[in-house]
Amino acid sequence: MIAELTRGERQAALIILCVLAFTGLLMAGFGRESALDFHGALVLALSVAGLFAVIRGYYAPPPDPARLREYFDAPGRAGILLAMGWAVIGMFFGVWVAALLAWPDLNFDSEFTSFGRIRPIHTTGVIFGFGGNALIATSFYVMQRTSRARIRDQLGAWFVLLGYNLFCLLAVTGYALGVTQSKEYAEPEWYADLWLVVVWVVYFAIYLRTLAHRKEPHIYVANWYYLAFILVVAMLHIVNNLAFPISLGSDKSYSLFAGVQDALTEWWYGHNAVAFFLTSGFLGMMYYFLPVRAGRPIYSYRMSIISFWGITFMYMWVGSHHLHYTALPQWVQTLGMTFSIVLLVPSWGSAANALLTLNGAWHKVRDDATLRFMMVSAVFYGLTTFEGSFLAIRSVNSLSHYTDWTVGHVHAGALGWVAMISFGAIYASVPWLWKRERMYSTRLVEAHFWLALGGTVVYVVAMWNSGIIQGLMWRTYTESGTLAYSFVDSVAAMHPYYIARAFGGLLFLTGAVIGCVNIALTIRHAPAPAAAADAEPPAAGQLQPAE
Amino acid sequence: MFGLHQRLERRTLALSLAIIVAASIGGLVEIAPLFTIHQTVEDAPDMRVYTPLELAGRNIYIREGCYACHSQMIRTLRDEVERYGPYSLAVESKYDHPMLWGSKRTGPDLARLGGKYSDAWHVAHLESPRAVVPESVMPAYRWLSRNPLRVSDLPAHLRAQKAVGVPYSDAMIAHAEQDAFGQSAPDSPQAAGVTARYGEATNLRAFDGRPDRLTEMDALVAYLQILGRLTDAAHRPVAAVAR
Repeated sequence: MIAELTRGERQAALIILCVLAFTGLLMAGFGRESALDFHGALVLALSVAGLFAVIRGYYAPPPDPARLREYFDAPGRAGILLAMGWAVIGMFFGVWVAALLAWPDLNFDSEFTSFGRIRPIHTTGVIFGFGGNALIATSFYVMQRTSRARIRDQLGAWFVLLGYNLFCLLAVTGYALGVTQSKEYAEPEWYADLWLVVVWVVYFAIYLRTLAHRKEPHIYVANWYYLAFILVVAMLHIVNNLAFPISLGSDKSYSLFAGVQDALTEWWYGHNAVAFFLTSGFLGMMYYFLPVRAGRPIYSYRMSIISFWGITFMYMWVGSHHLHYTALPQWVQTLGMTFSIVLLVPSWGSAANALLTLNGAWHKVRDDATLRFMMVSAVFYGLTTFEGSFLAIRSVNSLSHYTDWTVGHVHAGALGWVAMISFGAIYASVPWLWKRERMYSTRLVEAHFWLALGGTVVYVVAMWNSGIIQGLMWRTYTESGTLAYSFVDSVAAMHPYYIARAFGGLLFLTGAVIGCVNIALTIRHAPAPAAAADAEPPAAGQLQPAE
Repeated sequence: MFGLHQRLERRTLALSLAIIVAASIGGLVEIAPLFTIHQTVEDAPDMRVYTPLELAGRNIYIREGCYACHSQMIRTLRDEVERYGPYSLAVESKYDHPMLWGSKRTGPDLARLGGKYSDAWHVAHLESPRAVVPESVMPAYRWLSRNPLRVSDLPAHLRAQKAVGVPYSDAMIAHAEQDAFGQSAPDSPQAAGVTARYGEATNLRAFDGRPDRLTEMDALVAYLQILGRLTDAAHRPVAAVAR
């Protein structure tokens, strides 16, 4: 990794790591009696380890200029391995928190493993750890190929990947220690948030620079989505995390907003984390890997345009559907509901565009589990967005809100759409990135596919049942006009579904572990392609739509 | 239109700018007016701020992730009002940085929990939930009674709260540490200052049953007992609140 860097980049790496080590020292010094000192020590230790690695490779011969004729794939490869690692960690914690709801004493009486602390480890682990690394890795891959330009800034790409993972690490270790802002999906505290802003600015700069050097006149659709992901996530992250630390030596801060304004800001962020982190970026992934794997051009260029701008414009209005019947003014609720319903049009536009692209390649879907991952993810994308618009209707929401139905809906999207398209993209890109003929075992990919699909269906059906039962029990009246069930009756009724849900999650986790094994075997044992040129996927020109 | 797009997708900066513009409109139209339209948050002259002990308890509630399973927002639905009490008003969380409305009820809503159960019930329930409610799936929080409450940084907490807009006075900030102690030790000399600064209605009790020690349990129970009781606005007729 150091050998590929030029002398100037090695020096820059040393400077960055020294600054980071010094920051860690300051955090550890000033952060007495708060988790900041632990995080300072962590930052210090990691940057010192990085310094050693760079110094060891510092006098290695300068890299071969011939590398500039190839794409820069080292950070992409590392990103895919990190994504799989986070997937297993995040899903393991997911199965654990699911089990805690069925058997609440499984936290072994430790404060570090109680439900409220490890639930955000699960959500951050899978959304930001698994999803984020998959997005960064595939975005590096896709932007270079669709632009036919190499990433100019090698150090920057490594900085983005490793810096982002440092953010994830600060986040999850913080939760175990009780460091949280309590804003859902934006739990990390102020110092981790500031660090992410730095990483994100570099990420955007790399993207702009690579696009500026592209040899294709047009920017390919996938890059529009990745760009929207980078830009809008920055906007959401900065606004929602505006906070006032109680001191520079403390991990604790207070949000700038309070009450109703804070609630809407949080769900404007929260729902658009779904839109621009979990949808936009992954649509970018889909728009590249699905047509490449199927060997078919995208069905409709115009549909891509309409869907892209529809999603970018309308998603930002819908966050208020998380706050129906609350103290949020009704006009905002109504706006959120209306846009949520209209949003079905661009969402189904994307799903249909993906599925219609497969026309003429359905025999490949039958035979190739990797392509089937992508096909099923598009189906789940369509199903979940329909369910989302449906749940956003105020009267439906009165039943579903606060129940497990929402959890089921989220997992239909997270497991069925986000994870499946990621696994599809990872299985497609691993042989290309490591220059292998194919995955080590196609039967293991097949096994992973069925475990993932089975796990998702078990999970989602269990949560639909429990959610609807919960919602109905809360609002059922007796003939004499009193509430029929106490709250705890509904808790007891959930028990079988919570067991089923944990089982579904376990299936999904097993699939991810099999995926890791298969990727490791591919890197070590799979044969290299006969002719190197055959393994490379087509360049962007061949992906352009037929019309 | 598609011809225009052909030109747009050849220009990186123009495309980036168009994305930012398209994505900004929704937030500007929906969120910005909430800060300017006066009716968004009702008037409640009797609204009081959290005492330092209650604020510390609230931070423990946040730290332990209680909001992941308990909402603090009663919706305007008949069954919710009958189950939990009057529906929540915006003014009741106007000093909540951040709000804890929640999104999931694995356990019941807590917006009107204050005064519903005794302190002893809360302590027993937090120590061992299934000893009190056999069907409960709540974790036990035994470490709360073991951990002494950290009070040395309470003035800094109040100062930061004041910086984001909560009306803490200089006297409240200066006396934050002793007020935290005084609230949980009603017979101590520090107790009088708490009622002087935060009002006669403030709960002054040894919340965990032991006046000699100030624990995290004291703070959390003090917070749970004030939920829904910072103002009476929700209990008054709607018209009176609006006026």
